Amino acid sequence: MEENKLNELKKGVKAAVPIMTGYIPIGAAFGILASQQGFTTGTIFLMSLLVYAGSAQFIAAAMISEGADAVSVITTTFLVNLRHLLMSASLSPYMGKFSTWLQSVIAFGITDETFAVSESYTRHNGASGQFFLGLHMASQGSWILATVLGGIFGTGLGQATKWGIDFALSAMFIGLLLMQLKDKKGLLVSICAGVLSLALKIKLGGNFNVIIAAVVAATAGVIAEKWIKK
Amino acid sequence: MDKKVILIILGMSIVTYLPRVLPIIVLTKVKTPEWFMRWLKYIPTAVLAALLAPELLVSGGTLELSLKNKNLLAAVPCFMVAYKTKNLFVTVVTGIVSMLLLNLIYA
Repeated sequence: MEENKLNELKKGVKAAVPIMTGYIPIGAAFGILASQQGFTTGTIFLMSLLVYAGSAQFIAAAMISEGADAVSVITTTFLVNLRHLLMSASLSPYMGKFSTWLQSVIAFGITDETFAVSESYTRHNGASGQFFLGLHMASQGSWILATVLGGIFGTGLGQATKWGIDFALSAMFIGLLLMQLKDKKGLLVSICAGVLSLALKIKLGGNFNVIIAAVVAATAGVIAEKWIKK
Repeated sequence: MDKKVILIILGMSIVTYLPRVLPIIVLTKVKTPEWFMRWLKYIPTAVLAALLAPELLVSGGTLELSLKNKNLLAAVPCFMVAYKTKNLFVTVVTGIVSMLLLNLIYA
């Protein structure tokens, strides 16, 4: 029994390897940018440990350095991370047998990337708490390490914008978006969200463009299901 | 700066954790309507597109569709590589290298 648990833990760590190769350049880019925006290594570590959400961390660091107030940073973080609702919801059928304590520990490590890996693994092999723990600890470990190292060496690099590092976040969004797109409905939803967000941003400014556009576009997607089959 | 940043980080950690934990805790106990799950399925795509469009097309508060827009230009190879490889690492490296080259050309 104990050996079986150790085996599952090892499988989780092994499944984290491709995630870690993605987290290292993105995490380093975050650390470099954050340190150049005046973040200490300690606050970079704290953010990667407690928040652990790549896109939200990039956005928050940029907003804080521009002097945004706490409420708008936290609200934007919430909106950006609302997408994890779905990921958590789709993992829930596998977690009924876990204790609430284990469920809440596993939930902390859900990201776009760990979700993609754990969802397909559990669908084929069934769920074990040890697999999730191994996957999540190794993934977050690499994220923390990459962001902190980026923070330590970031200030020595000169202007990060010169190196193109500031484009890492947009590139990550492009990658994540195309990984999500599987059919015409997805394409319709993304075009609708993009156009609406653009119009709201230009007309109103601020940060509400994202949530309004996302809510309207997702609703349009549900309605369009009546006409579009695939 | 640090004290304000630490407070923001604590707030961020709460609003990040809630969407991760609540569905598991609640859905392992109760049943949700089917339409809601279908609606939720579109949220990741919609949020990403809504974040990305202004990032690539708005500069200084206005629509920027010219060759002066480096973000838009750097996005082109990113989209192609992401479409071909579906690999986050390769896409991010493509984006950074494209922006680096554009910075050299425009300098």
